[in-house]
Amino acid sequence: MTSVDFSHKTVEMIDVVKKFGDFTANDRISLTVHRGEVHALLGENGAGKTTLMNCLYGLYRPTEGVIRVNGEDVVISDPNVAIGHGIGMVHQHFKLVEPFTVAENIVLGREPTKTLGRLDMAEAERQVAEISERYGLSVDPQALIQDISVGSQQRVEILKALYRGAEILILDEPTAVLTPSEIKELITIIDNLTSEGKSIIIITHKLHEIKLVADYCTIIRRGTFIDRVEVAKVSEQELAAKMVGRDVSFSVSKSEVVQGDRALTVDNLVVRDNRGIAAVNGLDLQLYHSEILGIAGVDGNGQSQLVEALMGLRQVESGRILLKDHDITHATPRQIIGDHHICSIPEDRQKRGLVLEFDVAENLILETYMRPPFSRRGVLDNGEIYRFADHCAETFDIRPRNTGLQAKSLSGGNQQKVIIAREVSNNPDILVASQPTRGLDVGAIEYVHKALIEQRDNGKAVLLISFELDEIINVADRIAVIFEGRIIGILDGDEADENRIGLLMAGGSA
Amino acid sequence: MSSIGASLKDKFLNGALSITLMSVLFGFLLGGIILLLAGFNPLEAYGVILKGIFSRPKYVSYVIIYSTPLIITGLSVAFALRTGLFNIGAEGQYIMGALAAAAAGYYLKLPMVLHVFTAVGLAVIVAAFWGGLAGWFKARFGVNEVISTIMLNWTALYISNWAITIPSFGRQGTGKTYAIQPTAQIDILGQWKRTPEGIAFLREHPMLWDVLKSPVNLGFVFAILLAALVWYVLNRTTLGYELRAVGHNPQAAEAGGISVKRSMVISMLFAGGLAGAAGAFQVLGVSHRIATLAIMEGYGFDGIAVSLIGNNSGPGCVFAGLLFGSLKYGGSKIQDVMGAPTEVINIMIGIIIFFVAMPKLIRMILAYRKRRERN
Repeated sequence: MTSVDFSHKTVEMIDVVKKFGDFTANDRISLTVHRGEVHALLGENGAGKTTLMNCLYGLYRPTEGVIRVNGEDVVISDPNVAIGHGIGMVHQHFKLVEPFTVAENIVLGREPTKTLGRLDMAEAERQVAEISERYGLSVDPQALIQDISVGSQQRVEILKALYRGAEILILDEPTAVLTPSEIKELITIIDNLTSEGKSIIIITHKLHEIKLVADYCTIIRRGTFIDRVEVAKVSEQELAAKMVGRDVSFSVSKSEVVQGDRALTVDNLVVRDNRGIAAVNGLDLQLYHSEILGIAGVDGNGQSQLVEALMGLRQVESGRILLKDHDITHATPRQIIGDHHICSIPEDRQKRGLVLEFDVAENLILETYMRPPFSRRGVLDNGEIYRFADHCAETFDIRPRNTGLQAKSLSGGNQQKVIIAREVSNNPDILVASQPTRGLDVGAIEYVHKALIEQRDNGKAVLLISFELDEIINVADRIAVIFEGRIIGILDGDEADENRIGLLMAGGSA
Repeated sequence: MSSIGASLKDKFLNGALSITLMSVLFGFLLGGIILLLAGFNPLEAYGVILKGIFSRPKYVSYVIIYSTPLIITGLSVAFALRTGLFNIGAEGQYIMGALAAAAAGYYLKLPMVLHVFTAVGLAVIVAAFWGGLAGWFKARFGVNEVISTIMLNWTALYISNWAITIPSFGRQGTGKTYAIQPTAQIDILGQWKRTPEGIAFLREHPMLWDVLKSPVNLGFVFAILLAALVWYVLNRTTLGYELRAVGHNPQAAEAGGISVKRSMVISMLFAGGLAGAAGAFQVLGVSHRIATLAIMEGYGFDGIAVSLIGNNSGPGCVFAGLLFGSLKYGGSKIQDVMGAPTEVINIMIGIIIFFVAMPKLIRMILAYRKRRERN
């Protein structure tokens, strides 16, 4: 944080306007970044953060405004020009060739060659090793991308930019896919880079991380510039209020509710993942009505497979799943949803949760389309379907209020509202929520948490799976820690503290 | 009224339709250039083609006859594509349908209307089985439908060729089967137009006579009905909802309780049945028999192109099939009249598909034009 060189402005964006047809995505936004500075770009989903950075990286041409790099006016017509000016971007979704090695990916497009244009792989690996050592980004140049962790893949993306001579690095939501320990590593890397005089722009909506790494922060809301602040001088609360435009409560208010009857029992469950490894390995769990049971754990400890097994989407190897006393271990998804009243908010809303090409109304009936009033004798009743959808849009505040829009044209938060509307209106006895707030901004997170607590207050059993420890501690009544496919500790929500859970999550004993 | 006009205009200028229309335009433009390079006047050639399509009632009815099987195989491919399956097998399903219809039309002795329905019904069942087989292979064993349907195409071809060698079915030495019973034929006034009274009547009504010179039949009516049926099933029924959900996102469909495997089989059963109906109508209305095939006739493969041009929709396939049929029939005339190669027509169709498959390019051109208009 001390490495900022205020005498040198590396990037200046002045009154940048970007319009798409009649829609103004960026309305006169200005941004200044100095050498050695970490600058956060904060805003809700759809506020125009990524659009602004795409203008800087040459993916879009601004409609109006000036961009200066190192004090000179530039026109960045495409990413190659941006790279020429020393600007590199790491996208949220990595752009890597999976079956290629780390070194091959990094040099791709600028490969070192021997005579006659023969690829000099040894030289490439040497160069990769050199820059990875200089900035403390440890990677194995010979490993294949498909074999390395998401955190390592991100390091490869950063190295790719550095290899091309980047002085200014744009990181788009860099922590969205990382585990807590990988986030710590990333922060160290960012420190190393700034002390070498690089400038970094982080696109994010995670306030906690801004406080940790950023020197300055530019806040935008609905495409307009709100404020530029020195991060050390503001609180997370103030940042959140600027971003959302109103005060946001971080702590979730919960009333006391007495735990109800047992709803679901998981008994010595074993489930294999796609590679044939027992990802869930002898898991026991009891879920009660009128409670939110949080499953805390680092990604990849069997959470996905547990949920898929519960929802009938993955075969159970051994063990039992009991609904009260009824064995539902081998029930089909339709039986589980329709007959046993277990509904789920899937961890990947675009993959499992929504048919993006369907409109909002069609998505809302994904589990109920075969029943009256939505259909009779196999014929859909569009009148009823859209009436129901409009009602949902009103009740669950799905924006815009046009249920004929394709789900893919909605923002992430509103897509999640569609899923929540569908699952909650289905009136389940048990609600399984996996990563329900992943990628959402503060306002939407608040909404999701309220919805979960409301379900619990209505006597439902809620199973909440999350990698965000804060979320679990805030929302859950009881906390079960999952490690290597097993529950290795259960704590009461009131007495849980981060250190104890953190230790369990890493496989230690509490 | 103006809002309807505006929405129509919007559809033409911005929607999928504009891309198709632009592609057709490009097809004609580039086809013209090729004709020019080959030393022919493209305007004259297109004039010949237009005349060859519209100048006589007989020509129009031939266009419709040419289009009928293409529309239906197009529907077959489109139906499967909406469930995310690529039905290369429409060709084989068509062959199986034609074989079943020819056999039912020849062997069975039934009253008029009943015979037609029985023959078509059998053809649809046999071809649905043929298509469903590919769906089942995929659902049960994970065999890619492109590979299994290609295999099933050849299997169907050889089954059909073998059947024609059966003495009671195939006329020895001709490589063809016996003609189906008159009760199974769907030609319009097919019997009457050959009777003395018919001939006498038609001499006085030259328009009608001209139309009836072609094997005009009810197949086209059935094709329109099938297009409407496909649209209805896909858009208005729970079955169609399931199939479309699986086509767009099988994982979300599965999570919502829809059986993906069942949907695959059902979709291929439907697709097969449709292609089989195309074969049946061709036999009952046009050829009245089947013949030994050295290679495939291509009705099923053309269906892939029709489906693509028709944007995989029921009504779209009708128009695309008609376009295809017009070009095939009208295009053949540039050879007779001008000595120009008919291959140009196939090149043109290829170019149209090429552009339809490249919506991005068309969108860029449309956007460029709009920007220029504004400046």
